[in-house]
Amino acid sequence: MIEIDRVTKSYGDRRVVDSLSVTVGAGELCVLLGSSGCGKSTTLRMINRLIPTDAGSIRVGGEDVTRVPAEALRRRIGYAIQSIGLFPHWTVEDNIATVPRLLKWRLAQVRERVTELLELFRLDPETYRRKYPHQLSGGEQQRVGVARALAADPEVLLMDEPFAAVDPITRDALQVELAHIHRATGKTIVFVTHDIEEALRLATVIAIMDSGRIVQLGAPLDILEHPANDFVRDFVGHQGLGLKLLSVRRIGDRLRRGETTEGEPLSLDASLADALSAMTARRADRLPVCDAEGRRIGVIALADLVR
Amino acid sequence: MRGRGLLGSPVLWVGLLFAALLLRMDALRPLLQRVFPGVEPVVYNRDSFLALFLSQLGLVAVASLAASLVGVALAVFVTRPAGRDFRAMVNALATVGQTFPPAAVLAIAVPMVGFGARPTVIALFLYGLLPIIENAVAGLEGVPQGVREAAEGMGLSAWQRLQQVDLPLAAPVILAGIRVSVTIAIGTATIGSTVGALTLGTPIFDGLVANKIPFVIEGAVLVALFAIFTDMLFGRLERWLRPLAD
Repeated sequence: MIEIDRVTKSYGDRRVVDSLSVTVGAGELCVLLGSSGCGKSTTLRMINRLIPTDAGSIRVGGEDVTRVPAEALRRRIGYAIQSIGLFPHWTVEDNIATVPRLLKWRLAQVRERVTELLELFRLDPETYRRKYPHQLSGGEQQRVGVARALAADPEVLLMDEPFAAVDPITRDALQVELAHIHRATGKTIVFVTHDIEEALRLATVIAIMDSGRIVQLGAPLDILEHPANDFVRDFVGHQGLGLKLLSVRRIGDRLRRGETTEGEPLSLDASLADALSAMTARRADRLPVCDAEGRRIGVIALADLVR
Repeated sequence: MRGRGLLGSPVLWVGLLFAALLLRMDALRPLLQRVFPGVEPVVYNRDSFLALFLSQLGLVAVASLAASLVGVALAVFVTRPAGRDFRAMVNALATVGQTFPPAAVLAIAVPMVGFGARPTVIALFLYGLLPIIENAVAGLEGVPQGVREAAEGMGLSAWQRLQQVDLPLAAPVILAGIRVSVTIAIGTATIGSTVGALTLGTPIFDGLVANKIPFVIEGAVLVALFAIFTDMLFGRLERWLRPLAD
């Protein structure tokens, strides 16, 4: 879906992105992970041409981004940023409707889409539609920001540290929602963050970046289990490695199907870290597991976590 | 504020006082005769105050409208990528316009465009430009970076960004600049009377020349009320615009 091919960007003598190549498949959630100044945001902003490239090419859906007028390109690529950037003089509805209106959707269609998105983010449409951004909490603003990015049903969604400025509890909730939306819509997402936990939680594929290059590209589990070099090992951290491993593995992978036990069931999609946490808290070494419809389908046991 | 209604608003009372003095200064004749015995006539009568006011209003309106259009246009220009390099130059020019005393501008303009309204409008225009440019630049630059980035990233064109995002968000600050400029222009316009423009300054200067203090007072009070009333109207307008930006 997104092919970045030997892209380079320099500011003066400083090479911020250095002949970087990466391909993001349709439906992937690719996290560009690295510390500040590694070129991850610059890379992201070259995809929708907010920053021009010096060399190399970027294709979205097979089409070279420089072949399309920048505005037309950006209207089919969702964009959400840390500072959110909601238009303070527009209502929530007007904000979400920005791109559909630019694309000249019919009024009724725009309205319907706004309702649908507010519901998707669990914001009551009738309450929130008419509110102004300053009347929303930080978490609500960011939900509206992401809803706005998704409004015209873009092929691709670019997110630049969207949850970095909200409090940890809200961030948690937003991450769960994004993971849910990613699964539900199958959008191709490129997500920039410096937060390893966030990357492990959301990514289907992680690109670890340093000095404008990709140091390692792989699935979260891959990167934890087989760090390519000391830089990656340092970055993902030795400490708590085991817990991080548990956080990227799903209960579904270790389920004992058909067995049953007492207690509040855990979700199949929850991580093994969640299971460990629940076991510790409830002083139990076996917990029931349910599927998305809430049917009890098996058991997760303490011994399975370290298998 | 709105709950107090129109009757509780000082705008109304200042406006009524201004209108009353403008139309019926005559009514104060007995009082003025008591205070300034021996001055005759005691109320300025070469032109009606209303005519003087309308003439001054016209001068200020033309000059301020032109200064607003040019000032905002220049501010927009120097805050776009294409015009960024001209920022310092535009600011310097506007500052020069502000530094020149309006009387000097009048003195220079008269030989070029003759006596009357035209040199006055030129002086007011130049003098009023700086506050408008300064505020408009500040307002446009005050649009939060994140808002601008989001607007660009979502595919609004440069014109759409200016017209739908930058200008509406900067509007209260731009308006504050116009308010200052217009208020200054009202006061400054009075010296246009020295080169033959008709303004409420005319009785002031006539009074000074003929040593008739009541004329000076009548003109001065009316100009002051004119400026205060206009300032109050702008204040209203600003409050009405402000909630959009918060």
